[in-house]
Formats: sequence, structure tokens, C-alpha cells
Amino acid sequence: MARDHEHDDDGHHRGSELSEMQLRVRALETVLSEKGYIDPAALDLMIEAHETKIGPHNGARVVAKAWSDPAFKQALLADATKAVQTLGLISRVGDHLIAVENTPKLHNMIVCTLCSCYPWEVLGLPPVWYKSAPYRSRAVNDPRGVLADFGVMLPADTQIRIWDSTAETRFIVLPMQPHGTDGWSEEKLATLVTRDCMIGTGLPKLANEAA
Amino acid sequence: MDGIHDMGGMHGFGKVEPEKNEPVFHAAWEGRCLALNRAMGAIGAWTIDEGRAGIEELPPDVYLASSYYGKWALRLQNMVIARGFAGADELAAGHALREAKPLPRKLTTADVPRTLTRGSFGRPALAPARFAVGDRVRTKNIHPKTHTRLPRYARGHVGVVEAIRGCHVFPDSTAVGGGENPQWLYTVVFDARELFGEAADPTLKISIEAFEPYLESPQP
Repeated sequence: MARDHEHDDDGHHRGSELSEMQLRVRALETVLSEKGYIDPAALDLMIEAHETKIGPHNGARVVAKAWSDPAFKQALLADATKAVQTLGLISRVGDHLIAVENTPKLHNMIVCTLCSCYPWEVLGLPPVWYKSAPYRSRAVNDPRGVLADFGVMLPADTQIRIWDSTAETRFIVLPMQPHGTDGWSEEKLATLVTRDCMIGTGLPKLANEAA
Repeated sequence: MDGIHDMGGMHGFGKVEPEKNEPVFHAAWEGRCLALNRAMGAIGAWTIDEGRAGIEELPPDVYLASSYYGKWALRLQNMVIARGFAGADELAAGHALREAKPLPRKLTTADVPRTLTRGSFGRPALAPARFAVGDRVRTKNIHPKTHTRLPRYARGHVGVVEAIRGCHVFPDSTAVGGGENPQWLYTVVFDARELFGEAADPTLKISIEAFEPYLESPQP
């Protein structure tokens, strides 16, 4: 069962891994569906959900709500799974989602040194750099160097906390609300919230950078 | 397993290179590969920890030379062959040549929402937690040849229990087909200088999520 869209958009790539992997994955899909284990239409839906519904826009809504609603922020820090569930952004939030709060004295950063664990229901699939050897190796012993790679400089006396996601707990950083944004709507605040600021490798956009 | 996947604290991998406006998938096969892997997990072909072990068991040179979804494709191929869901000859032919080995369920479109939520790994406690918040603990100096979630950089070091996260499926057990064997899970926080020596950043703390069997009371 050749799937036409597999031939799409790869023509401009010439990497040998690409054609090899394309063939390998196509053979796996064909054999596993002929054996009756999977339905390719289900794969289509999974891919579509990852490309359209699941992404950092969900996390941005969570952060914006926490910035504008102190009761929600308190609930989020107490039990992020429960608090995010109440927003109805996604059908079901995974268990043991934990929000960690940045303050003027403390900066949090998330990593998975062993593989690629990531709070994908609120942030989407992790970017390539998050899964890469440079990030996974250096986040735990050179976070200021990693932050410099992202163009982020923290004050020398800011405490840094790295959360290594070594179990099925998942972390999202609650960044500090940018100055000059008090009273903004949640929708407008959400435009300041980048994916990277919820991982801890970035900071939110400034008020004058709002969309 | 003391494999190449256990990268925390290693040197020499260079700068982190974020990609501007990165797409969710860089080629169509990556999406198919992700969905296939998730699908086989969702129908019970293997547990998440067996799947992680499947990545870790790739040879180190292959691990480092392969893209992320390239590793997933190799893992999927190795595991469907090793567990008898498909033969190497069938994958080479690109078609099924034999009847399927039975699995409890097939992944259909109705199952998709379930695959979009992370699994549930909390379990009822079988015994009281051995450690309390604020306790000093030492991670054991263990080097199992099979899957573990205690990273090398954090073995044999003293930290403090910051939170108790409940009782969870124990990856070291499920990864080798040993059942869920639920264990208490703790957030244990270390000073960077405890882990990486006196020259480490004095403003830095690192936490791991540590299962109780990884921990012992430090010597007084």
C-alpha cells in the first residue's frame, strides 16, 4: 500500500539517510498494516493532530492564564495536570505534569539527558535541538553556556535549576511575566510566550515585541 | 546500561543549534515513523521502557550518526523482528509473507485520541515511602547492563529529597519484562559541585527523578 503523500516534499533533499529511511519506514508500515496491527488511516490522524492541534500554543495559553489569574497560577503550581485540564485546551492532560516557576532569583530549565522526555501535550513534539547531544550533554553542567547559544544572559547571581526528566513526570517552566503587561488580555499575553521560554532556554518576548 | 544515550555531563558535542521556524516534521517519513512507533506501543507490542531500551541498544556509532527519527525507525525494525511481529524477509520484500502473530488489539482511528495522551504510570503504593521530603540521600553506584533511569552523572552522589511524586511503574523492571514492580519516585536535588566538582557553577542545582531502589541513606 504505497501512500502517495510519502513522496511529497522530499524531492529537494538528497541525503542518503532520507531515501533509506523513507524506504525502511514505508516497508514497516506496509507490512504492519497487511498483518492487521495498524490502520494507516489512524497514522494519518495521529500525524495531523501533531501538526495542527498539539503544540506550544497550548502551553502559551496556560502561561498567559497563570499570569493574569492568581488563583489559576496557584492551582497550576500545586497540580499542573489538574489545572491545565480545567482549561479544556486538550482532551486529556497526561499525569504528573509539574509547573516550575521562574522568579527574579531563580531560573528553571528542563532537559532529558537520557532520551527526549518532554511535556508534549502542552508544548508539542520537542525540537531537534532538545533531543540533540549538545543540549542533553551540556544542560546539566553548563547551562549558562547553553543559554548563551540561545542568546540568553542571566545575572551572575541568578540561581539556576535544571530538571532532568528521568521518569514519567513532565515539567513546564512558568516564566516571569514581562514588565509593562499588567492588565493585558490572556490572548495578548499568550503572544509573548515562546516555546523556548517554557523549556527555560528562552525568555518571554518583551511588551514592545507583542504581536 | 552505560550506553551512549546517557549523555548528561559529557564534553565535546559542541554548540546547541536551534533552528528558526522548525517544522514539526522535516520529511513525511518522520511523521509516519513517529505514528508507527506510537501505534505499536498503543496496541501493547512493547512497553515504553522496552521501547527506550530498544533505542539504547543501538550500537553507539549508529546512535550518534542517526537522526532522531532515524533511530526510531531502526528501533521499530529491530523490535518487530525480535518479537516476531514481522520477519526481516518480509520487511525486505515490503509485504507480509506470513500470517500475523496475534496481538490483543489493532490500532484503529478510534484509538487515536488515546495515543495523543501520555500514558499513566502512577500505581497504588505497596509499602510506605522510605524517605521524606528534606532527607539527605545517596544515589547508589549501580551499573546495570540493562535499562535504568539513573543517569551516570548522578550515581554515587548525595542530594536532598525535594518532593515525593507517588508510586510509579519501575522502568528497570518493565524494560526487561519483569512486570511493573511499582516504586516510590522522588525529586532529588544536587548541588552542581557535588556532581561535577569544585569548579562547577556555584549557582547551579540539578534534580533527577529517582526511583526508591536508586537511593540509600548516606553514611553518617
